[in-house]
Formats: sequence, C-alpha cells, structure tokens
Amino acid sequence: MTDETRTEISLLVNGETSVLIVDNRRTLLDALREQLGLTGTKKGCDQGQCGACTILVDGRRVVSCLTLAVTADGVGVTTVEGLAEDGELSPLQEAFVRLDGLQCGFCTPGQLCSAAGMLAEHAAGWPSAVTRGGTPDLDEAEIRERMSGNLCRCSAYPSIVRAIQETAVSR
Amino acid sequence: MREFAYQRATGVREALMADARYLAGGTNLVDLMKTGVETPDRLVDGRGLDLGGIRTAGDGGLVLGATATNSVVAADARVRRDYPAVSQALLAGASGQLRNMATVGGNLLQRTRCAYFADPSEPCNRREPGTGCPALHGVHHNHAILDWTEHCVATHPSDFAVPLTAFDAVVRYETLAGPGEIPLPEFYPPVGGRPDRETVLPPGALITEVVLPVAPVTRRSRYRKVRERASYAFATVSVAAALDVEDGVVRDVRVALGGVASRPWRARRAEAALLGGPATPERFRTAAAAELAAAEPLRDNAYKVTLARNLIVAVLTELEGQR
Ligand SMILES: Cc1cc2nc3c(=O)[nH]c(=O)nc-3n(C[C@H](O)[C@H](O)[C@H](O)COP(=O)(O)OP(=O)(O)OC[C@H]3O[C@@H](n4cnc5c(N)ncnc54)[C@H](O)[C@@H]3O)c2cc1C
Ligand code: SF4
Ligand code: FES
Ligand code: FES
Repeated sequence: MTDETRTEISLLVNGETSVLIVDNRRTLLDALREQLGLTGTKKGCDQGQCGACTILVDGRRVVSCLTLAVTADGVGVTTVEGLAEDGELSPLQEAFVRLDGLQCGFCTPGQLCSAAGMLAEHAAGWPSAVTRGGTPDLDEAEIRERMSGNLCRCSAYPSIVRAIQETAVSR
Repeated sequence: MREFAYQRATGVREALMADARYLAGGTNLVDLMKTGVETPDRLVDGRGLDLGGIRTAGDGGLVLGATATNSVVAADARVRRDYPAVSQALLAGASGQLRNMATVGGNLLQRTRCAYFADPSEPCNRREPGTGCPALHGVHHNHAILDWTEHCVATHPSDFAVPLTAFDAVVRYETLAGPGEIPLPEFYPPVGGRPDRETVLPPGALITEVVLPVAPVTRRSRYRKVRERASYAFATVSVAAALDVEDGVVRDVRVALGGVASRPWRARRAEAALLGGPATPERFRTAAAAELAAAEPLRDNAYKVTLARNLIVAVLTELEGQR
C-alpha cells in the first residue's frame, strides 16, 4: 500500500473530533464501526439499497456505505449514538420505543437517522414524489414515500410510520 | 476494490489537470468500484468546486450546476414552476438519502442497471467489448425495445435524463482544450456496435452545468414512471411529456421515454403526429402508436410496447385535462 492510497482525516462525529488514517477505499460506514467503535450504524446491503447505514452529514441524511470516509474529512457527522440530547432520548426515539417502531431492531438506527433528516427536509418545504401543489402535511402517504429508502425486514412499517407521524405533529 | 489515490479539487483547472476519474456523490461510482466493474486508480473529488448553484440564465432559462444535488434541484421553486417534469423525475428516482448525495453530472453519467453488466464474472460487451451479450437471450424482461443491437440490449437508467431530453437541455463541459456543449438528445449516441461508448463527451471532460432552455411548453409538463413497486425502484417504462394547446390545437409538444432504449428516447414521431393537430385522445393514440411502430421487443419484454403506448396516451390526456 503506497502513501497515495491512504489519507489522514479528521472526523467530527457526534460533536467529537477524531483524527485517523484511512485507506482511501474505506467507507464511512466501516470507519465508524471499525475504527471509531460506533457500531450503532448498521451494514445491511452495503450497496445503497436498504438504508440501514443512514447517518446525517452536515444535517442531511445519506447512506454511509456509499460514502468514502476520505470524503468526510472536516464535515459534521451524526450517527444514531448522537441523536439523544444530554442522555435523554429525542422525541423521535421516544416515539419509536413507545409505539413499537421496531421488532429485531436492525434497521432502527437507519430509520431514526433517516426520519430525523426527513423531518428537516419537510420543514424546509421539500416536496416528495407524492406531493401535489405546495408544502403538504406529513400524512401516511407522504411518510411512506419519503421513508422508502429504509427497508424493514420485520415489516414494522405501520408502527414506524405512526411514530414518525406523531413526532411530526408534536413538533 | 482496487487501491486508488484521492484528491480534492477546488478549481476546474485543477480538476482537469488531475487526469483522474471524477467523484461526485459516489452513489454509482463507489457501488461499481466495490464490485470491480469500475477500477479507477485515481479519483478527484469535484464537490469542492464552485458548481453547486442553480441560476437563471440571461434568456430566462435555468442553469443547473453539475454538483447541485438531485434533492436541491428537485426542491428548487423555479424548477418546480417552470419545469415540473424535471422535479418529478428526480423525486421519482432512488431514495431521499441517495438524492441528497447524487448530483446533476453524476446522474447523467450513471451506468446501466443490467445485472450482467454489474457482475464481472459474466461476459458483457458494454463492460468488456467483444465478450458478448448474455442478456440478448438471457434475463432481459427489463431491457430495451427500441434501437438495440445484438451487441447490447441494455437501457439507460436515469429518470432525470428523460425530461432533459424532451426539453432539449444542454450539457456544458470543460476540457484542457477548452469548453464545449452538447444537447441532451445527442449526448448519448445510438448503441450500434460500441455499447462501451456511452456518451459523446470528449475524454477527460468535466461536466460543469446543464442548461434548461426557456420554452413555454415546459411549464405544463409531467413525468410518470411505472415500476415494479410503488417507490424506490428503477423504471420499467417512464414518460416525460409537455403540451401546449391553443384553441384545441397543439402548438408545441414534447415527449420522451425512459426504460425503452440505451438512451433516453425522444419520441419525435409522436411529436410530429401531434403538432398542429387537434388535442384529442384519438390523436394521442395515433401518435403513441406511430412512435412504437418501430419497437422490436425481445423474447420477454413485449409488455413494454403496450405499456409505453398507454403511458404516452395517459400522460398527454392528463396534461390536456389540466388546462
Ligand atoms: C439503490 C439505488 C437506487 C437508485 N434508483 C434510481 C432511480 O430510480 N432512478 C435514477 O435515475 N437513478 C437511480 N439511482 C442512481 C442514482 O441516481 C445515481 O447513482 C446518481 O445519480 C449518480 O450521481 P452521483 O453524483 O452519485 O455520481 P457518481 O457515482 O459520483 O459518478 C457517476 C459517474 O459520473 C462521473 N461524473 C460525476 N460527476 C461528473 C462531472 N461533473 N463531470 C464528468 N463526470 C462526472 C463519475 O466519474 C462516474 O463515472 C439509484 C442508485 C441506487 C444506489
Ligand atoms: S445488455 Fe448490454 S450491458 Fe447487459 S449484458 Fe448485454 S452488453 Fe452487457
Ligand atoms: S448498508 Fe447502506 S444502504 Fe444498505
Ligand atoms: S425491525 Fe427488524 S428489520 Fe426493521
């Protein structure tokens, strides 16, 4: 491995900066899990198809399995471990727990980060494929479409949708 | 994945000088590098370039920066108002997460979703010229019905490129020898005997922007996509159409199809059959039939011919009803 194929990067994850050397081939998903020990973010397909690895980069939801770690040098990353504030579950996390928004829980970190990003997109007035006209309410059809990048093998969808909808209404 | 060098470019010239493969959102390139379909030895990250904006052109058209994300373009108020089919096509593609990563330039250069292409253990003329096309007699229910050759029967996967083709959008690029531009309808050459030659961009060209020309017709436009599930799937067939009718007569019309050929398919025969005539369902049906008359379905995809015909009629009928 020559020096050109490795890079020293500074990763700001959940408010903490770590400096690490990564092989340029390393995905952000693998860097988080294997170099920083943050195993909350899950690897499902490793091909951008399931959403289990969803994190927030500078507030925007992305899939970490198709993000090269070296491209994240200097950006702000939030993982599921960073969603709680001062040890208190965020309202979204609390709603997932209360309304059974999960069964096995493997997709849950991705669902939570994706929902957090999605709520911010909706608040910014972004449309979805089912939006007609102006800025819509987050009804079931809107939530299902906006969350279609997160698959749940246990099919906990009805309660995932309910938890997100309840969080959206109480915001 | 093969090892590679990585650098960030902050200026267009620096990016061009790097003599490397451009990395944008990485949603296609990184995916294909993992499977060994793509093996660049150097990547230059173009996201630090000042190419992420959307601005109004001098003549009133709209200029989309090459690194603007698919999400940002889809949500832009001017895009939604003046080119609704462009916003709809982007929103019909991929997922919220992927659209936040995917860019204007990368979307146009994404590679086919043919499963043989994606699997380096299979032969594939597009990936390795001269090795053959297993899809021709293999699994091809989602392959082309128009303009294919025995060399390759794959389709182009982009939703975004379909309305851009219908609207005569223009790709602008830079090379070390200077800038250039290519209208979308000429951007992807016919597949012919060279499926590996996917665009007419000169080697090493960096796409800098895509220009949406002013045309009143684009304001009443629609993108409709049929797929195997309700969301988060590639098109089987899609249609981008725009219709301008005055006193019952078609003044301007644009139709393009996705999922039917190796490139977004501008339906010029359908357009010619409609222009200057009455905007009636019978005429829409005649126009759709005229376009699909040239279709040559493969063993397992004749359903696409009917689907494409019906979709053209449905979208034009919907646009006519919206007035
Ligand atoms: C699970 C999944 C589902 C998807 N579903 C859909 C769908 O339904 N519809 C759809 O249309 N797409 C879909 N996509 C594809 C997605 O839209 C593309 O991967 C994306 O648009 C590519 O953009 P990017 O910026 O990530 O490009 P990259 O992956 O970064 O690059 C793609 C190619 O473009 C080149 N490139 C990038 N920018 C430039 C530039 N400025 N100049 C020159 N060359 C450049 C790169 O070198 C590379 O060859 C899906 C993808 C995934 C993973
Ligand atoms: S259809 Fe094209 S991409 Fe698919 S196997 Fe044949 S040559 Fe390759
Ligand atoms: S692991 Fe990233 S999308 Fe499936
Ligand atoms: S809870 Fe098991 S995959 Fe979603």
